[in-house]
Amino acid sequence: MVLRLPIAHFFEGVCFGLFLSMSIVTVQLGQCGNQIGFEVFDALFNDSHCPRGLCSKKENEAYQASCKERFFSEEENGVPLARAVLVDMEPKVINQTLSKAARSGRWKYGQHSCFCQKQGSGNNWAYGYSVHGPRHEESIMNLIRKEVEKCDSLSGFFIIMSMAGGTGSGLGAFVTQNLQDQYSSALKMNQIIWPYGTGEVIVQNYNSILTLSHLYRSSDALLVHENDAVHKICAKLMNIKQISFCDINQVLAHQLGSVFQPTYSGEGSFHYRRNPLGDLMENLVPHPEFKMLGVRNIPQMSENSLAYSTFTWAGLLKHLRQMLISNAKMEEGIDWQVRPPLSGLPPLGKMSVNREIHFNTSIANLVILRGKDAHSADVGAFKDPALYTSWLEPVHAFNVWKTQRAFRKYERSAALVSNSQSLVKPLDRIVGKAWNMFASRAYLHQYTKFGIEEEDFLDSFTLLEQVIASYCNL
Amino acid sequence: MGYLMTFSHVLSFRVVGDGGSISKGKICSLKARAVLIDMEEGVVNEILQGPLRDVFDSKQLITDISGSGNNWAVGHKVFGSLYQEKILEKLRKSAEHCDCLQCFFIIHSMGGGTGSGLGTFLLKVLEDEFPEVYRFVTSIYPSGEDDVITSPYNSILAMKELNEHADCVLPIDNQSLFDIISKIDVMVNSGKLGAAIKPKSLVTSSTGVFKKRQEKPFDAMNNIVANLLLNLTSSARFEGSLNMDLNEISMNLVPFPQLHYLVSSLTPLYTLADVNIPPRRLDQMFSDAFSKDHQLIRADPRHSLYLACALMVRGNVQISDLRRNIERLKPSLQFVSWNQEGWKTSLCSVPPVGHSHSLLALANNTCVKPTFVELKERFIRLYKKKAHLHHYLQIEGMEESCFSEAVSSLSALIQEYNQLDATKSMPVEDLPRLNVAV
Repeated sequence: MVLRLPIAHFFEGVCFGLFLSMSIVTVQLGQCGNQIGFEVFDALFNDSHCPRGLCSKKENEAYQASCKERFFSEEENGVPLARAVLVDMEPKVINQTLSKAARSGRWKYGQHSCFCQKQGSGNNWAYGYSVHGPRHEESIMNLIRKEVEKCDSLSGFFIIMSMAGGTGSGLGAFVTQNLQDQYSSALKMNQIIWPYGTGEVIVQNYNSILTLSHLYRSSDALLVHENDAVHKICAKLMNIKQISFCDINQVLAHQLGSVFQPTYSGEGSFHYRRNPLGDLMENLVPHPEFKMLGVRNIPQMSENSLAYSTFTWAGLLKHLRQMLISNAKMEEGIDWQVRPPLSGLPPLGKMSVNREIHFNTSIANLVILRGKDAHSADVGAFKDPALYTSWLEPVHAFNVWKTQRAFRKYERSAALVSNSQSLVKPLDRIVGKAWNMFASRAYLHQYTKFGIEEEDFLDSFTLLEQVIASYCNL
Repeated sequence: MGYLMTFSHVLSFRVVGDGGSISKGKICSLKARAVLIDMEEGVVNEILQGPLRDVFDSKQLITDISGSGNNWAVGHKVFGSLYQEKILEKLRKSAEHCDCLQCFFIIHSMGGGTGSGLGTFLLKVLEDEFPEVYRFVTSIYPSGEDDVITSPYNSILAMKELNEHADCVLPIDNQSLFDIISKIDVMVNSGKLGAAIKPKSLVTSSTGVFKKRQEKPFDAMNNIVANLLLNLTSSARFEGSLNMDLNEISMNLVPFPQLHYLVSSLTPLYTLADVNIPPRRLDQMFSDAFSKDHQLIRADPRHSLYLACALMVRGNVQISDLRRNIERLKPSLQFVSWNQEGWKTSLCSVPPVGHSHSLLALANNTCVKPTFVELKERFIRLYKKKAHLHHYLQIEGMEESCFSEAVSSLSALIQEYNQLDATKSMPVEDLPRLNVAV
């Protein structure tokens, strides 16, 4: 137990240099990946420079330094450079992204950290994977290597992509595979955006199943965000009338920030965690067959409302837990009728996607608390073995990270990263729609033209049906 | 008459001369990436003497004097072989000036001789010479009261080529364009529109007087087609929160290679005539896009079957507006069983000049079928009597089998649409999924 004596502060000041965080290299792919990537870096930076951290100046500085080391490197004139590589097959979005960052004057992207072509991937996974991938492999991997070399110590890669289009999805899958080959000891987390159910792209379900099946083999964890869910948050919680992609991306960035910003490394510790990706994986992905993660964040509201709201840890955690077990994606419209099966009794029979899912079983959960009196928050309700599948000890299935330092303008905020059944239904819908289309052979000629054959589709279907079945059988 | 235009990925112009002209903003230094082809000189000469003369490179022309006599065979076989080398040379020149050539836009009519015959000959040349570059064809189909007697022959012969060598076809008919212009005409004359017509707009003649009851207001009609192409390329040219490149059109809207005919609709329409009207409510714009009055071909997509639909929005429209309208309109539209929720959407931030927003809808829908059926019927009426057939058969390389093959090709296409229509009222069931061992 560390004593908070004045002299301990001195040692903290000296010693925190030794405990600086490992770095994460972000790869932003396609329009979606680049638009979101910008919002994420902006959110991380602005939060770390928030004056009201609700903690001591020393702690705030340590927080800032840790965040900086993770996500930014420094340029000569002191302007932080995002540790990121921007990739797109057409130039408009990258140009926009670069100038938006530079305009802020507070941080920016490296001028030479981008790879760009003149012609997109045509929403074609096969084109992104089989044509752009091999053609530009060397250039892209070189850029990544340069970014990696700037890190004192690499935690791993954070790859942001959508799965509906052609570049993020196809080229993203290719790049991830390459990262697995070339950086086998570094971790890879893919942030994947799932498109709106009533499409944005007509072949989005094909692109999705091809992406997911390939990533399942080469990535360490898939962190999923669904546009439909984030859209509802914007509509119901943020009260935005005319919701733009910018709004959606900002909510997403907020959720990611609440996960990736520094947290203390243990109960009663005052050093920030060194290895964010490693710690996340260790807690949440105990088995390679189960790597789909979701994020929930509470509270989430417009700034105007925030000024008039106060929350208690007890209230926040109660809602968060019910969101988990009833599979709600936000704190409004929660079904309070859903209850975990009684302790000690066997689970309520095999879950079926056809039946209305009543209870969301988890493999592992991680709760992250930021803000006032976080150390006093009681997370006991999350340790209930009834929440979890039986093949992990509850002590391994649940973890909590607490940090005094508040996140953005929220006096108290809680994030939950879970590996649970909550993504089964959306996944099942995507696979179902892709299967119906596949059965009619529609659009297949667009893929076979670039070397992705029916065999490849069937392999993808098989893998994903297995993933669905595995999660259902928890 | 026929045109061929090529668009590069981002710019539709290339710059000639020194950089000084660019910084002074002179339009004369920009040249259209275009090749103009006609077997008569009249139209091309008019363009080269008109206000846009500096935009076209006078070296990128192919003209002759005698014309094709409204005969597809003359355009395709005679002028095709005569000008093949020259065409290739001009195309290669144009292509060299592109950093990244993505697609060709071919604009022509189906009913005549040059656009129809030489235009479709060109398709084959493009396919052979630039196999990886998309070929988008904007085809003007003959209307019922078309005054060219042989237009059914020309159209059917051209259709076979479109079936086989085009990636994507946007059929348009003059009657629909005329109806749209007439509607605007009525509104203007009835005084429903409060504000004045802008001077130098496209519905006024050079004397400044609005042309009432014109025979065929071709300039205004062509302006609609021009706007179609502008909107089609807007998301590739300008920024937006959800971009759409040209190669995505084919990817999303052509589920099977032969079914590549797309019905287009544009809203708002009034503004195309440069008339000053207050903008329609946003949601009304979406409803209009699906009404048969806004289609650029005689078709009613609402009562036929959708295979795929693309909505390309320009201006201050956000994703929530798009989603709200899709949800609202979806129940009244019928989609094929394997693509129940298949929408392709794009958001471009820059609206058309002078307006706050616009929408272009492209539909792969069985409502094109009646156009093809009518075309086939008109052809058969003519062919049965062997009327004017000798004009075609006397051309070297033309035989009766050309006609029978062309009709078969069209019949097969119609049959595809018939089969799809038959599935319209069938209940949609999910197919049994793969069974996996866990």
